[in-house]
Amino acid sequence: MDSDEGNAQRVPLSQRPDWSDVTPVPQDDGPNPVVPIAYKEDFVETMNYFRAVYLADERSPRALWLTAEAIRLNAGNYTVWHFRRLILEALDGDLHDELGFTENIAKSNSKNYQIWHHRRWVAEKLGTDATSKELEFTKKILTLDAKNYHAWSHRQWVLQALGGWDDELQYCWQLLEEDIFNNSAWNQRYFVITTSPLLVGLEAMRDSEVSYSVEAIVAHPENESPWRYLRGLYKGDIESWVKNPQVSSVCLKVLSAKNNSSIFALSTLLDLLCHGFQPSQELRDVVEALKASGPNDQPDPDLAKTVCCILEGVDPMRANYWKWRKSKLMSLL
Amino acid sequence: MGELAAKKHVQYILSVEKRKDDLVSVVMEHLRMNGAYWGLTTLDLLGKLDNVDVDKVVSWVMECQHESGGFGGNIGHDPHILYTLSAVQILALFDKLNVLDVDKVTNYIAGLQNEDGSFSGDMWGEVDTRFSYISLCCLSILRRLNKINAEKAVNYIVSCKNLDGGFGSTPGGESHAGQIFCCVGALALTGSLHHIDKDLLGWWLCERQVKSGGLNGRPEKLPDVCYSWWVLSSLIMIDRVHWINKEKLVQYILDCQDTENGGISDRPDDAVDVYHTYFGVAGLSLLEYPGLKAIDPAYALPVDVVNRIFFGK
Ligand SMILES: [Zn+2]
Repeated sequence: MDSDEGNAQRVPLSQRPDWSDVTPVPQDDGPNPVVPIAYKEDFVETMNYFRAVYLADERSPRALWLTAEAIRLNAGNYTVWHFRRLILEALDGDLHDELGFTENIAKSNSKNYQIWHHRRWVAEKLGTDATSKELEFTKKILTLDAKNYHAWSHRQWVLQALGGWDDELQYCWQLLEEDIFNNSAWNQRYFVITTSPLLVGLEAMRDSEVSYSVEAIVAHPENESPWRYLRGLYKGDIESWVKNPQVSSVCLKVLSAKNNSSIFALSTLLDLLCHGFQPSQELRDVVEALKASGPNDQPDPDLAKTVCCILEGVDPMRANYWKWRKSKLMSLL
Repeated sequence: MGELAAKKHVQYILSVEKRKDDLVSVVMEHLRMNGAYWGLTTLDLLGKLDNVDVDKVVSWVMECQHESGGFGGNIGHDPHILYTLSAVQILALFDKLNVLDVDKVTNYIAGLQNEDGSFSGDMWGEVDTRFSYISLCCLSILRRLNKINAEKAVNYIVSCKNLDGGFGSTPGGESHAGQIFCCVGALALTGSLHHIDKDLLGWWLCERQVKSGGLNGRPEKLPDVCYSWWVLSSLIMIDRVHWINKEKLVQYILDCQDTENGGISDRPDDAVDVYHTYFGVAGLSLLEYPGLKAIDPAYALPVDVVNRIFFGK
């Protein structure tokens, strides 16, 4: 936390005339605390005064200021945030200023639940006045940490509650340009194509999305996100997935190239085979070549079984999973 | 292969108070109820809960209860469902659920269910599948699941299911191991595991194991001891835990111990804390590490405690 600067000039509340009428209330930790807390001085004093105004239910400008102090020292204290909202309501506080306040706090505490909850409360009150500010705000946070779960949740809420979908697919594209492994951006992309009122739905978007994910797979076959995305595009329509030649051909392409990570290609091929896909001779040959073959090794007519055996070898961490997949094949026969 | 420094961890938990100027401690004040649950459950799993003065803990817990029926994170703090579950779990550990006014607590929880079946965390209305789990777990321990609309609660969780078989915090939210634990746990507690594609989710969960043996919570993220709990417990509830490499995970958790001063950290050589100490020990318990009590993956309480609640033994 970066409160050092403020500490240097901080005048203790006990020495400030505007607080002389308040008697601080110390935290009651109960007898022999189980997980006792060692407190820092400034923090202790601020919280003692906070407890006093909180118990007196003092919804005043100075109490609002005090909650800001307390939040700066510890942004995780939900009781302080609650009380701040009560004061803001009582004083009819400026909500645009409040957005500025949360933005400052969020810069150093972007994974704190309270900040995001508070931010949503403010944005909800402002309504569509807040749309572009909120999209910009989450963008800023995501520039610092592109996988920040809170920022993504907030952004999805903004889109659904306040709108602002126009550039969202473009935004996903931009983030994936920066980091094609960003699973959060892939998730957002799926959210946009399935939820955006401006788009015409999953099925209509499918062809272009298949091409997009295939391209991403070819560039980085070890990236699990586009593989899962590709499969997700056929949610509830496995038949079309098995029939689409682009799916099997990307497997072939990945498996044909040397030095590629083959796990997701093999796993996808296995799923295809389990759903009745008929492999070409070329695909069979490529898989056969991946086998750690011994002398006199005959090609197994059951390609799915071969795929499982290869996976056990290339993905030893999950060997039991692939063994189970293999045993499931046997039971299908 | 190293061993679990059980004695050191007990000492660590009992001695957290002596460490001064610890910024983490300051930040923890408002969630002391969670801290107490983590510390006490760890002690119980290590067979050392009798080092604690039961009456003092119980009276402190009860002092944190608000007139609404919910519990705060400390004395004088506002109630929140997060601390209410920890309070109920602590009382369950000590076989002291009888001190509760069950209707009061369960009315508080039932009042947080929304029209769409989801749950808010408190009167301010933040919605998250974490709160669904917490509510259902609390109500289940107190045997009052009938107080809410369980069918709607289940439907809301199912609406948060993703293409990878996992779950997020709200519909459309990215799959995340912590949220998955909450959703799988909630479905397990309501007998609704059939809504899960177990093979698909099981594979996603076992993909979370990285080279070091540790587990991450999302693709391309770093491993962290706390995910040992979120991922493992989910895998156990859907009966797919044999898909990961247990030996390597045990080793990873043991590598995150401070063998000198006790405690477990998120990653090897990081600073220890009570939270990761709990999740490390609980993870090892799920992995049937010798000398530890077994923990229940859905209730996050020792199995003997759960048996006592439901079978009176
Ligand atoms: Zn962690």
